[in-house]
Amino acid sequence: MGTATERTLRQAVEDAAAELYVWSLKDIPSDLRDALGAALERETHKVGRRILETIHTNVAVADEGNRLVCQDTGIAVYYARVGERFPLHPARIEEALREGTRRATLDHPLRSNTVHTLTRKPTGDNTGHRIPHVHWEFVPDWDGLDIKCVPKGSGSENMSFLKMLVPADGVKAVKRFVLDSIVGAGGKPCPPGIVGVGIGGSADLAMHLAKEAIARPVGTHNPDPDVARLERELCDLLNETGVGPMGLGGDTTVLSVHVEQAHTHITLNPVAVNYQCWAARRATAHVSAGGEVAMDRDA
Amino acid sequence: MAHHELTFPTDEAAVRALEAGDTVTIQGHIIGIRDATQIRIFDQGREPPMSLEGGALLHTAPNVRKLADGRYEPLSIGTTTSARMSRFTEPLIRDHGARAIMGKGGLLPEALGPLQEHGGVYLAIVGGAAALQTTQIVEIEQVEWEDLMPECLWRFRVCDFGPLIVAMDAHGRSLYEDVQAEARRRIDETLSAKI
Repeated sequence: MGTATERTLRQAVEDAAAELYVWSLKDIPSDLRDALGAALERETHKVGRRILETIHTNVAVADEGNRLVCQDTGIAVYYARVGERFPLHPARIEEALREGTRRATLDHPLRSNTVHTLTRKPTGDNTGHRIPHVHWEFVPDWDGLDIKCVPKGSGSENMSFLKMLVPADGVKAVKRFVLDSIVGAGGKPCPPGIVGVGIGGSADLAMHLAKEAIARPVGTHNPDPDVARLERELCDLLNETGVGPMGLGGDTTVLSVHVEQAHTHITLNPVAVNYQCWAARRATAHVSAGGEVAMDRDA
Repeated sequence: MAHHELTFPTDEAAVRALEAGDTVTIQGHIIGIRDATQIRIFDQGREPPMSLEGGALLHTAPNVRKLADGRYEPLSIGTTTSARMSRFTEPLIRDHGARAIMGKGGLLPEALGPLQEHGGVYLAIVGGAAALQTTQIVEIEQVEWEDLMPECLWRFRVCDFGPLIVAMDAHGRSLYEDVQAEARRRIDETLSAKI
């Protein structure tokens, strides 16, 4: 059962996970609200404007009525940053995140989406084998824990693409692949959203990076100036396609493009695209070594 | 681009009058339907326990709470991606008399023929705007095939449901196809040179 400190911390993490899951589904981050506002200001297409206005009304209705922004409660994905001196082992953190997800689903109640992949049998509580998925980062010389919850809907997750380009294709083919993927996705992933692009690494790492990229706040840029330039270039190119809000035409196809990169093998040039819908739900909790929890909508 | 107030169920003439790009607000009743519901009707050959005649069908899997009296309270009712269910368009309209299919992202282009031939439209809803759509659903009046929860057959009474955009009309036009063709042209003519 562990020490009293461990039990307290485990409960704090579980409570935080339960709260994060529900909260992220109801209250979208301020950077996203700002980006949607800016999109409405610059949109000139009539149908596009009508859609963006409806999105604004929807966010306001969710705020006023304490409602879910979107009905798709997604697959809960957590990003855990664990300090090396945080006094609860990751095995217990993972257990708490799972239990928090289950509790939030049953108590609220939230729609459960998880099914067995072959039999399609529902689990009923948004947990299952390897679900929720937890990504780990370990931080030296720190005693805290950050948990970011990103419950991503299936409309956008279904619009995920991976291509193993060859080095001779260069960055030109990377750009073309992103462009073709997003145009091909059309209205299905609920544009305008955040396009995450992962380049380099291996096939699995490229998609991991793309997913990590969509969890970044709008307005942040990759610290590598070459990568940041690629982000801006892709954002302009995608908005020039005219796909527009919900794929029905307009000036705003994407709110932001985020690129994350890793070094790769001399013969590899992988690119992965992961789309995040306009309702880019995301919420973070900072947990101290003493078990105090600070909720953070904007991290 | 005209705006139409339609009360469902309706008739073929009402949906044939709609043009791609028009907007629609719905009064009356709509029917909730999804993958599993349509697989049961068409692949397993089960007769739907409520009439779809003249109906507006919404691609949805509602988030609901069951009340003590057995009825359901809507918690969050939104819309899913329609393309997966494109193959059901023809039998829904031809054999069951449905007149409008509502969802997000559009049906595949092959649905345009059946919409035109049998008299139906695809109305695009703003995907993800479930908070708003839930407030436009006044009551869940009937739920059939509860074993498929949440992919049951649902009958909702609505008030000012929308806005909806006529994205695929009964005259063979699809806004999605127009937008895709224009985007491909821009890629070929200008964007590919900038890459």
